[in-house]
Amino acid sequence: MAEADGVRRRDFINIAAVSAAGVAGVGIVVPLVSQMSASADVLAASSTEIDISSIQPGQAIKAIFRKQPVFVRNLTPHEIEEANKVDVSSLRDPQTLEQRTKEGKTNWLITMGVCTHLGCVPLGAGEGEPRGEFGGYFCPCHGSTYDTAARIRKGPAPKNLEVPVYEFTKDTVVKIG
Amino acid sequence: MSFPWAKEYKPSHPFMQWMDEKLPIPRLVYNAVGGGYEVPRNLNYFWNFGFLAGLCLILQIVTGVVMAMHYAANTAVAFDTVEMTMRDVNWGWLMRYAHANGASAFFVVIYIHIFRGFFYGSYKAPREMVWLLGVVIFLLMMATAFMGYVLPWGQMSFWGAKVITGLFSAIPLVGEPLQQWLLGGFAPDNAALNRFFSLHFLLPFVILGVVILHIWALHIPGSSNPTGVEVKSESDTVPFYPYYVAKDGWAIGVFAILFCAMVFFFPNYLGHPDNYIPANPMSTPAHIVPEWYFWPFYAILRAFTQDFLFIPAKLMGVMAMFGAILVWFFLPWLDKSPVRSGAYRPLYRKFFFFGLLPAMAVLFYCGGAPAQEPFVMLSQLAGLYYFAHFLIIIPIVSAIEKPDPLPFSITEAVLGADEEAKLAPSPSATVA
Repeated sequence: MAEADGVRRRDFINIAAVSAAGVAGVGIVVPLVSQMSASADVLAASSTEIDISSIQPGQAIKAIFRKQPVFVRNLTPHEIEEANKVDVSSLRDPQTLEQRTKEGKTNWLITMGVCTHLGCVPLGAGEGEPRGEFGGYFCPCHGSTYDTAARIRKGPAPKNLEVPVYEFTKDTVVKIG
Repeated sequence: MSFPWAKEYKPSHPFMQWMDEKLPIPRLVYNAVGGGYEVPRNLNYFWNFGFLAGLCLILQIVTGVVMAMHYAANTAVAFDTVEMTMRDVNWGWLMRYAHANGASAFFVVIYIHIFRGFFYGSYKAPREMVWLLGVVIFLLMMATAFMGYVLPWGQMSFWGAKVITGLFSAIPLVGEPLQQWLLGGFAPDNAALNRFFSLHFLLPFVILGVVILHIWALHIPGSSNPTGVEVKSESDTVPFYPYYVAKDGWAIGVFAILFCAMVFFFPNYLGHPDNYIPANPMSTPAHIVPEWYFWPFYAILRAFTQDFLFIPAKLMGVMAMFGAILVWFFLPWLDKSPVRSGAYRPLYRKFFFFGLLPAMAVLFYCGGAPAQEPFVMLSQLAGLYYFAHFLIIIPIVSAIEKPDPLPFSITEAVLGADEEAKLAPSPSATVA
């Protein structure tokens, strides 16, 4: 390249060398950062089948999905009525019970047992555990209170208990994930 | 790096002379903590805590390396290896209790060290960099302590890890992917335990590196002192060795008595019984609290119960918790008073003793209490004062306060008179 162009051979070498070092730097950082993400075996173990035939109305069980608890609750007609009575627009995370359950199976409330505040397991799924003033779940860590549709009603949690992806493979079997 | 009257390192032995030419480490030590470092003669006992903090760091590194020889970072066996260290390994119980209580001792020392800095204005020019590096060390200490507490994989370990990494999920958009990246999964598990072990081993050495920078930055202007008046002449200082080596040695003795009392008589007093239950991802302990040294900041986290405009309460709490420490970075510029020491600042002193200290005490207490009234409201009031103290009160006080008259020099403050003051009353006698 001629000097008259204003671009010297030395400038080209400088830019090429710095660019190559930059690309190499990114190439080193990407694997170092991404190795910390969930590995393939963690991502693979992600569906669970649950037999729900023995859960009576008013009862709930804790199952395990992705190493975290899932609550499967058989709602009583009274609890369904309580959930439907609420003015949805007044909720922090507005959702109806219908939106949180499968059609025709409104009594089966399946949610993650992970408080949306900081991830504790709320109480209420086990026999005799406190269920909070709204009759759903109560998180003892920071006092988040969920209603009978597991919607956040009081306390610091920002969202309703998460409803995982699931389907009824049979009338009595749920596949989560 | 020091005052003109500081003694120079003069090795007499031929080997030391040879060493001094090739690699002058003995000279470095002599000038850093030996006869070559001139220190104000009037330091009180609060100035022992920097040295004690260094001692705690060494104690933690030594006991920690020993513990790592018997530990396995795998969720299947981690809890058992810690119990085996306690029961089967020769002196393993001593190493673990010394390490666990050593963390608490380190924080006791460091809190006193920090509040010494608040009262005596140690953060002010020309020592801003010393202060900034100190805050970095404190942040690194908190990260290290948190990850260390996860390693025994008990109930508090697991749920502490879940709650603290859950803080990151409060960040909009990137929060949940960030949390999963930190944990290497959807909840704390083997991947998280392994990386916490790796980082818990690494970070103390990073802290050691920053401590060296902290001391280096300190040695450029030299140590501060309780009057806040800078060193003017030789009569203001004494060499670090033997004077402060002896005084720090005395501090080691007092520290060792208290520390041994904890390790041998109340080794579990500061721990939580729930952490002797193996981690169970299906069941949260009824009352999760972090270790005591996180309580003030945990109280601030929990003080936010209402959404503010469009910011959710959870995000507010997380920002306030981190902000409570980050505000310290700005302290050298928030406090504009030219007088350093609280001893000569009547108004600042009042807010320190009757504002900041009680607010911290309330936050400490509430952070360890359950998330109920009246503790939430007390945390809110104390948290509000805490931020007001740094962001509003300190700038205003430093603008309107009339400080008490300062002594001419350290010597005058100590002896009541300084010969130099009569001879040369002009401040041009100051030596940098």
